[in-house]
Amino acid sequence: MIYLDFIIGHLNYWLFIVLMMTGLYIVVARGNLVKKIVGLNIFQTAVFMLYISIGKVTGGTAPIYPVDNQGHMQVDPSIIYSNPLPHVLILTAIVVGIATTSLALALIIRIREVYDTIEEEDILEIERKLSAADNKTHGPAMGGRA
Amino acid sequence: MIETLINIVLFAMLVLTALAVVRINQLFAVVMLSGVFSLLSALLFVTLDAVDVAFTEAAVGAGISTVLMLGTIALTARTQKKSTRSGMVPFIVVVVTGAVLVYGTLDMPGFGDPNAPASLHVAPEYMIGSIKDIDVPNVVTSILASYRGYDTLGETAVVFTAGIGVLALLSGLTRRRREDEEEDV
Amino acid sequence: MHHHLILRVVTKMLVGAIILFAFYVQFHGDFSPGGGFQAGVIMAVAFILYGIVFGLNKAEQVFPSWLVHKLVALGVLIYAGTGVASMLLGYNYLDYGAFNPQHPSHGQHWGILAVELGVGVTVTGVMVAIYYAFANRPPPMKDEDW
Repeated sequence: MIYLDFIIGHLNYWLFIVLMMTGLYIVVARGNLVKKIVGLNIFQTAVFMLYISIGKVTGGTAPIYPVDNQGHMQVDPSIIYSNPLPHVLILTAIVVGIATTSLALALIIRIREVYDTIEEEDILEIERKLSAADNKTHGPAMGGRA
Repeated sequence: MIETLINIVLFAMLVLTALAVVRINQLFAVVMLSGVFSLLSALLFVTLDAVDVAFTEAAVGAGISTVLMLGTIALTARTQKKSTRSGMVPFIVVVVTGAVLVYGTLDMPGFGDPNAPASLHVAPEYMIGSIKDIDVPNVVTSILASYRGYDTLGETAVVFTAGIGVLALLSGLTRRRREDEEEDV
Repeated sequence: MHHHLILRVVTKMLVGAIILFAFYVQFHGDFSPGGGFQAGVIMAVAFILYGIVFGLNKAEQVFPSWLVHKLVALGVLIYAGTGVASMLLGYNYLDYGAFNPQHPSHGQHWGILAVELGVGVTVTGVMVAIYYAFANRPPPMKDEDW
């Protein structure tokens, strides 16, 4: 029975890892830049879930003390509260995440304006042609590959 | 028991959404599914007692991030090109990475363990201090703004910097340059 | 979106309610879930909704971009300025006890209010600024080609 307890206690972490790896697969295997960003977001959200689940305490509740009509806190020692520290870290991380995601999306827009495509393979192909052309014109003068 | 059941159902939906994102080529559907993914994860955060986080995820992930991604695909492309590469190598890489991570979790304390190191060290002091020193019922707010005020200042600065970065990349500079060129012609 | 009458009427009713909700989340964050980050995002969503339905020009008349750009910096300034104010009163940086030495917990309330306001202002500014930057970009193809 100790194995069953162990599996139930760790199943959550393994499910987060499944989600995380799905996100990683999208980032690695798909060439479309917007889809890569979506994959990165899935990866990021899975990390957030991992952090939050570390702070969860069985039988606990959200870390907010009840307040009576006069605005005084009702502190009841028998109530268990979950750990608020991971909540704070992840709360700020989500907003920072959207700010950095928008920066990545802005970069994608600029990439499309320059290369007229957002597929990784096409961009690499264009880059290869450009550097080959450079080699042809400037290569001999530079003494080999430019 | 009922919480475990809800968790498992939510997880099944999350994994299905993520797999659909892997398979679908229409970027519009992908962006919408990423919004669905955010809403589902917000639900999961509620079951994990993180109401503040769930609130933020619902507002940010399902609201702003979907709008920005829709704006991006309106400015770039609607469909993804079919990939010519085989998916085998990335799949092996992902499975190996996942296996290493699972090995790493074996030493971790069980889910919801009240004696986990994370719940024993600083958190109890914050819980008590929030009553005595700060007198704010929402412990998350008192840690965010007071105990960890430096962290939050840094995060605000990061948001500020990212905003400036987007403005530098996308603001009217190029348009102005284009108008100048037209004048030159 | 001139022909979408229902959308325009519903938006007009919703924008005010969303802004009111944002202020509630901002100033009630001590007692319930919420705070500067969430309030900033919700406030920005109100203007983004307005911009989507009525067009960017109308939105920029309501909330001009020069004001948005000022707000982006103003929020960080409020946050950092709170810390400087507590230093000038002879306390540590961001030590809110400085604002009411007789009752340090009241000082904490003032400090948290100021800091959350700074966060909210910056997040609102950044999110609206990012939306304006994305929406101002000339699209590569016409709406009919969708």
